[in-house]
Amino acid sequence: MSRKKEARKIIFESEKEMPPVPMSLGSMLHNRTGAWRNIKPVIDLSKCIKCGICWKFCPDASIDIVDEWPQINYDYCKGCGLCAEECPQKCITMVEEEK
Amino acid sequence: MKKVIMGNHALSYGAMLSRAQVIAAYPITPQTQVVELLSEMCADGTLNAKFIKVESEHSAMAACLGASLAGARTFTATSAQGLALMHEMLHWAAGGRMPVVMGNINRAMAPGWSIWADQNDSLSERDTGWIQFYCASNQEVLDTVIQAYKVSEKLMIPSMIVLDAFTLSHTYEVVEIPDQSLVDQYLPPFNPPWRLTPDDPHAFGGLTSPDHYMELRYKLQKDMEKVPALVEETGKEYEKMFGRYLGQVEEYLCDDAEFIFVTSGTAGSTARVAVDELRQRGIKAGNLRIRLFRPFPFEKVRSILSRVPRVAVLDRNISYGHHGIFYQEVKSAMYGQPSQPLIFGFIAGLGGRDITRDSFREIADYALSRDRVEEEIVWIGVKK
Ligand code: SF4
Ligand code: SF4
Repeated sequence: MSRKKEARKIIFESEKEMPPVPMSLGSMLHNRTGAWRNIKPVIDLSKCIKCGICWKFCPDASIDIVDEWPQINYDYCKGCGLCAEECPQKCITMVEEEK
Repeated sequence: MKKVIMGNHALSYGAMLSRAQVIAAYPITPQTQVVELLSEMCADGTLNAKFIKVESEHSAMAACLGASLAGARTFTATSAQGLALMHEMLHWAAGGRMPVVMGNINRAMAPGWSIWADQNDSLSERDTGWIQFYCASNQEVLDTVIQAYKVSEKLMIPSMIVLDAFTLSHTYEVVEIPDQSLVDQYLPPFNPPWRLTPDDPHAFGGLTSPDHYMELRYKLQKDMEKVPALVEETGKEYEKMFGRYLGQVEEYLCDDAEFIFVTSGTAGSTARVAVDELRQRGIKAGNLRIRLFRPFPFEKVRSILSRVPRVAVLDRNISYGHHGIFYQEVKSAMYGQPSQPLIFGFIAGLGGRDITRDSFREIADYALSRDRVEEEIVWIGVKK
C-alpha cells in the first residue's frame, strides 16, 4: 500500500507546515539525477541472458525489467558503472556521455 | 520491592521497567555492568528485547537510531571515550528526532588515561541537542530513566542520564524497584508520530536544502524549550504514583539561604552535609543541585538564586581557556536579572579526585570572605 506522492519539489512557506524531522515527503521522481552522469551504460542485448543482476545491483533503481529484458532509465541513471561491473556476460559498456 | 544495587544496575532496571525493545551497546569501564545485566535479562527472558552486539559505540548508537526510527524503544549506555566516539551519532539522534535514552557514566577523558569521575565527557556533548539529567543517587538514576522515556518520546528528543563513575556507578544503595504494572501505567508503549515502514515509505535524514534546514533547528529549539515544564509535570505525576518527585533541580535549605552552593551529580549529596555544617556555624547556607542541565532550567535557577547575595558554583569539569561549565551557565542565566548575586566559580574533583566536606568548607570560606570576584577560576585541591 505504497502512497507515493506526486513527483514535485516541496518548499514550505512556514515552519508550521513542516514535520519536525528531516524526512522526504514527495517522491524523488522530480530529482532527475541522470544529468549528473559523465559516462553512460549501454547494454548489448544480443549477449544478455536476462539474469537480472544489473537490475538487482543498480543502487539507484534505474534499471527496469521490461518484458524480461533490462532497460536503463537514463533520466535517473547516474552512470556509476556498477551494472557494467556486475554483469556476468560483460554486455554492458560504459561510454563517454555526449554533450 | 527493595533491592541493594549498584548505580549501573539502577540504569539496567530502569531500562527493563521501561520495557526497552532494542538495546545496542559496547562495554567500557565504568559502564560495563549496565549492559552486562541487560544482556542477562534479554538472555533469560526477563526482558523481551533485542540485544544487538556491536563493534563500537558509534555503531551502538547507529543501531539504536535505526531501531528508534522503526518505532522501537531503545536504550544504550556508555562513558567517556565511548561517548566521544558516538559524537556524530548524537547529532543524528537529536537532529533526526529519535528519542533514544542513554546512560552515560561520567568518566574523565584521556589522556592521561583515566577511569575515574569527571564531567567533561558529557559536557562536551552539551550542544548536540540531547536532554541531559545529572543524578545523585541510585534511586534517582532508576526513576529518571523511566521519566526520561516519557519526556523524550513526547517531544521526540533523546535523553542522556548521567552518573558519576564509581561514586555512583559502583556504589551499592537501597533502591525501591517500582511495580511493573505501575510503570506500565505511567509509561505507555512508544508510539511515534512517524516511523520507517514499508507501508508508508519515506527517506529520513536526507539532504535538506537551505530552504528548510533552519526551520528544523528552530523546531528542535522550540521543543527543547518545552522540556522544563514537561519535566515538572512528569516529575509530579511520578511523585503521585511512586512517591518520589523528579524536578529540574533539587533544593536543599534554599528558602532562607544567604549563601548557596550550585552543584551537580554526587557532589550535590556531599554539599548537603556541608550545608548542615555551615548552618551549625550559624551561616544560612543552601544547596541547589542541578538535575536538568540541558535544556538549562533558566526560570528555576533564576527564581532561587536571585534571592541570595552569594553563590558558589562547583564544577567537576573545565572548558579550557574559559571556566567551569556550570559556572558559565549559571552566570549566563543570571545576566541582566534585576537582582544578581556574587557568583564564584570553583573547579574540583577532576579525574576522580575526591570532593569532600573539606572541599566545600574551603569553597565556603573563600566565597564568604570576598566581596567581589577576583579570580576566573578558583581551584580546589590542586597541589600547587
Ligand atoms: S550505471 Fe549505475 S546508476 Fe546507471 S544503470 Fe548502471 S548501476 Fe544503475
Ligand atoms: S546483468 Fe547483464 S546479462 Fe544480466 S540482465 Fe543485466 S545486462 Fe543482461
